[in-house]
Amino acid sequence: MATLDLINVQKSFGQTKILHDISISLADGEFLVLVGPSGCGKSTLMNIIAGLEEPSGGELQLDGRDITPLPPADRNISMVFQSYALYPNMTVAKNIEFPLAMRKVEKSKRAERVKSVAKLLQIEHLLERKPRQLSGGQRQRVAIGRALAREPRLYLFDEPLSNLDAQLRLDMRTEIKKLHQRLGATIVYVTHDQIEAMTLATRIAVMKGGVLQQLGTPYEVYNRPANTFVAGFMGSPRMNLVKARLTQESSRLALNIQTGKRPPVRIDLPDMPSAMSAYIGTEVIAGLRAEAVNLARPDMVAGPTERAVDARVEVIEPTGADTLVVLDLGGNEFTVRLEPDVSLKPGQDARFFVDLAKLVCFDAKTEKLIA
Amino acid sequence: MANRRPKGFGADRFFLYAVLLCLALLFLLPVYVMVCNSLKPLDEIRSGNLMALPIIWTIEPWLTAWSTAQIGVQPTGLKPYFLNSFLLVVPAVAISTLIGALNGYILTQFRFRGANLLFAAMLFSVFIPFQIVLIPMAKTLGVLGLAGTVKGLVFVNVVYGIGFTTLFFRNYYAAFPIELIRSARMDGADFFGVLFRILLPSSGPIIVVTVIWQFTNIWNEFLFGASFSDYSSFPITVALNNLVNSSTGVKEYNVHFAGAFIAAIPTLVVYLVSGKYFVRGLMAGSVKG
Repeated sequence: MATLDLINVQKSFGQTKILHDISISLADGEFLVLVGPSGCGKSTLMNIIAGLEEPSGGELQLDGRDITPLPPADRNISMVFQSYALYPNMTVAKNIEFPLAMRKVEKSKRAERVKSVAKLLQIEHLLERKPRQLSGGQRQRVAIGRALAREPRLYLFDEPLSNLDAQLRLDMRTEIKKLHQRLGATIVYVTHDQIEAMTLATRIAVMKGGVLQQLGTPYEVYNRPANTFVAGFMGSPRMNLVKARLTQESSRLALNIQTGKRPPVRIDLPDMPSAMSAYIGTEVIAGLRAEAVNLARPDMVAGPTERAVDARVEVIEPTGADTLVVLDLGGNEFTVRLEPDVSLKPGQDARFFVDLAKLVCFDAKTEKLIA
Repeated sequence: MANRRPKGFGADRFFLYAVLLCLALLFLLPVYVMVCNSLKPLDEIRSGNLMALPIIWTIEPWLTAWSTAQIGVQPTGLKPYFLNSFLLVVPAVAISTLIGALNGYILTQFRFRGANLLFAAMLFSVFIPFQIVLIPMAKTLGVLGLAGTVKGLVFVNVVYGIGFTTLFFRNYYAAFPIELIRSARMDGADFFGVLFRILLPSSGPIIVVTVIWQFTNIWNEFLFGASFSDYSSFPITVALNNLVNSSTGVKEYNVHFAGAFIAAIPTLVVYLVSGKYFVRGLMAGSVKG
């Protein structure tokens, strides 16, 4: 397939900057997910890659070739749109054939291609139908089929699952991932759904306000978020972010958490990045995922990176697979993910083990990761 | 009251239908007078009772109006002018509709600088009275060498119709999903590819509206026909006027009625055949959907 390089891509409308200096390099076969809240510029960036909008500055390279001045049709890029954008006046077969017909591909070859794509996506029985006779999931498949038909160098997906109902969305998500594994295609995928981003991507680009916040693998973005925005945006429930004062006693660092009149909580830290020492005596933002906390049972011994803390149970939310418990930790709301059959009651004080192996700390002012 | 469906045929219903029926008859009265008197010999009309049914039924006035009435130099009836009108209406409607679609496409899909101003200017042409353009148009036709021909009339009616057709198509395409156009562009469709393969095939309702509108307007148009045509290129409206207004000989009212009805038949047919699309199309153009 292909490599894609975005080099300092910018976009502004008059004085308003929509995209600030976006640079991303994609290797062959990568699945890049652009994720962010609405208005973050992810769709604009995708339209620029597609050639539907012109960048105000910067360059795009596909396979090392500058494609910035090329019109969309000459870029060898296919796109699956949010509304599927199936041509209502054509049958499914004609829809899939359309990009080939526009490129004046031989008729017999076209028919062959339509057949193989339909087989791949299991829509052979729908070929003679019109788009309005299809269900949402079927339309989605046809739209993907049309994108596959001309075997482009790069695929773009613009929130392709957001019009489907919850169950179908999960199925199609798996389907798209399978397709990627099978084709080894290079894909750029836009979504506002962080779970879609986590499950599909080989790399995630988190955006906000036209600025690239972090570019990394799902693991990196989830476990070492570059700033508090990424920490709060990725993952459900969101990462717990708690303001804490960093202290040092006999060469050991510790976090002191206290907000309001609740009793303070003190957590001794394991070895931390050396950059942390600059923050001794000041406030930092500590970030911990909900699954880093466990209920302490009497027979349990804390592991090397685990610390015991006491907290009050505020709310219990069973989800079936596990139970989310909102704790009051030194006056801060703190969500933890516990076993489904946990026996706690609201208002109860309990002891928990906090695993600090994946603790991240952010600068309280810049909100950037202290690494 | 509002939620309850009326069950029986109550007094209020009866009154409503009675009023509607009376009004319908009132509106149909001229049609009755026309048809009824066109089937009478002239003597019966002269005797004064316009409302009475014919005593002696005859289709002679229709045949006279169609093929032998004296309109131009030759007693040709309305036949050649009826044909003229078709030769005028069909290309004029087709061309103005196509140009309207093209304009609508450009005005909605290419947001160039001044697009709205241009559209406002085209819309303004809808409000210019015919009389104002008569002399400049006569001059233009002279320069183009189209004066006094059916082609010239086609040109005039196309120019005058573009304002309306552009308005129709522009508003219809403004609600057209932009992703479809973008998708077609990425799939490799060029400027006309998008228009002919994506937009026009999805424009059924608005095409019907435009065709009906243009057909009836151009078919019934009189002033341009009277101003820019000669004996060989009169449209039916002008021929009808000449038939009815001839100042010599006896006024053959029955022939006049028949002629007027012949002139009205094509528009009636168009309305009857596609009237429901007309209403539906008008909605489709104005409301998003």
